[in-house]
Amino acid sequence: MAKLHVSTTINGEPQEFLCDADQSMLDVLRGPLGLTGAKEGCGTGDCGACTITLNGRIVCSCLMLAAEAEGQQIGTIEGMAGEELHPLQQKFLESAALQCGICTPGVLMAAKALLEKNPDPTEHEVRFWLAGNLCRCTGYDKIIRAVMDTAADMRAAR
Amino acid sequence: MDIQYVAPRTLDEAVRAFAAAAGAGRILAGGTDLLVQMRNGVVAPGTIVDIKKIGELTSIEETKDGGFRVGAAVSGAVLREHAKLSKVWPGVVEATNLIGSTQVQGRATPGGNLCNGSPAGDSVPAMVAAGAIVTIQGPNGRREMPVEKVPKGPGRLNLEPGEIVVSFTLPPRGKGSSDAYLRMIPRTEMDIAVVGCGVSLTMDGGTCTAARVGLGAVAPTVLLVEEAAKALIGSKLDDAALAKAAAACSAACRPIDDKRGTIAYRTKVAGVLLKRTTLIAAERAGGK
Ligand SMILES: Cc1cc2nc3c(=O)[nH]c(=O)nc-3n(C[C@H](O)[C@H](O)[C@H](O)COP(=O)(O)OP(=O)(O)OC[C@H]3O[C@@H](n4cnc5c(N)ncnc54)[C@H](O)[C@@H]3O)c2cc1C
Ligand code: FES
Ligand code: FES
Repeated sequence: MAKLHVSTTINGEPQEFLCDADQSMLDVLRGPLGLTGAKEGCGTGDCGACTITLNGRIVCSCLMLAAEAEGQQIGTIEGMAGEELHPLQQKFLESAALQCGICTPGVLMAAKALLEKNPDPTEHEVRFWLAGNLCRCTGYDKIIRAVMDTAADMRAAR
Repeated sequence: MDIQYVAPRTLDEAVRAFAAAAGAGRILAGGTDLLVQMRNGVVAPGTIVDIKKIGELTSIEETKDGGFRVGAAVSGAVLREHAKLSKVWPGVVEATNLIGSTQVQGRATPGGNLCNGSPAGDSVPAMVAAGAIVTIQGPNGRREMPVEKVPKGPGRLNLEPGEIVVSFTLPPRGKGSSDAYLRMIPRTEMDIAVVGCGVSLTMDGGTCTAARVGLGAVAPTVLLVEEAAKALIGSKLDDAALAKAAAACSAACRPIDDKRGTIAYRTKVAGVLLKRTTLIAAERAGGK
């Protein structure tokens, strides 16, 4: 099968890859590109473990064709930490907001997008924003609290 | 056969590519239905025609008469961020924003919701209530039809081979007009409507002077319930008028029985939702 050639930007770096027309972005990230942070929980848009950003908006990479990345800006969990962990990552560690960690990259990507849009969300807003991120371990409370606490820290640091 | 992906920049090219692929072509908007169906093996397209690079399909414009033209491939997230559209057509925007999670919102489009052909699509009853006119382009040119005429049955549309939905045109709104959409789901998020109800109306001095009602998930297609609208028009939205309109909604139901809701439940809830949705729309329109 003839492969498509795609030029895109991932975490700010230019990136090129070959893919099949029906291959998902998640497959290409985890396969040829070796970016295994995004996880496949369901492959059908329900769990959010595969969350990435496409031009700044969170999307399920399992429901995006790799070919659609042509000319677009992609962000993955691998781009979240700089020299230091992102405040959300640090807080998740400190407050045990993860157990097995499968949902965590997706939750972090989604939570970061929320705080960029809304630095002072209510608990209700956090829960609805993260409704597409399923977690089988934590029972959600620790996740929600970690996001609220990070938001407060980040506001105080401004 | 090799599967192809094309992302044309013009509608003419998209129509040509889609028509050339004949039955094996599939339009890709947000992909939140299509990719799930491809993965489950329900569809196996020969050519995928991505319509998101086409300006007319991905923009929202105000029309000269004060209405809106919403591109079929605009995502729910972009719709919500359009302040003026959200103010003038809050029901259409809230319905589209009930589709899936934040992640799904970033991709899912009203065009995909309509063309997927599910009787439970959330944006469709709101579009029907709004009186949206759909612009369609195909190998034989352009045509328009009321949105409620597009669905033919579950997964089936009144579109000719090669036709693409281009946009939804929402009419201009006079003073005292608004709309609302409510759905009943067994959970609070991420579920499929058991019943969905869209109401658009105009209030003048406490009297309802115009109304349209769209009902979803209670028949093989989304329904325009003219009898319910008739019961509301001319009334002060008093209990008797609401009861009559609710009964008209229940009478219009031809639902299925499934794990989400029985026939009796869906039929009853259709009436309940009509009352609640009407009162929200009236409140937004400036009160009873
Ligand atoms: C996790 C999850 C939750 C969901 N929750 C909901 C929900 O709560 N409510 C709801 O209504 N839906 C829900 N959906 C279904 C889906 O998101 C919606 O139907 C959405 O609006 C589809 O839009 P899309 O742009 O992604 O469509 P696509 O998948 O791109 O297309 C859907 C179908 O329509 C065709 N098509 C698309 N655009 C056009 C066009 N312009 N002209 C002609 N044909 C076209 C495609 O070929 C395809 O057959 C959910 C899906 C997921 C994955
Ligand atoms: S793997 Fe993409 S949403 Fe579950
Ligand atoms: S920590 Fe295991 S799924 Fe969330």
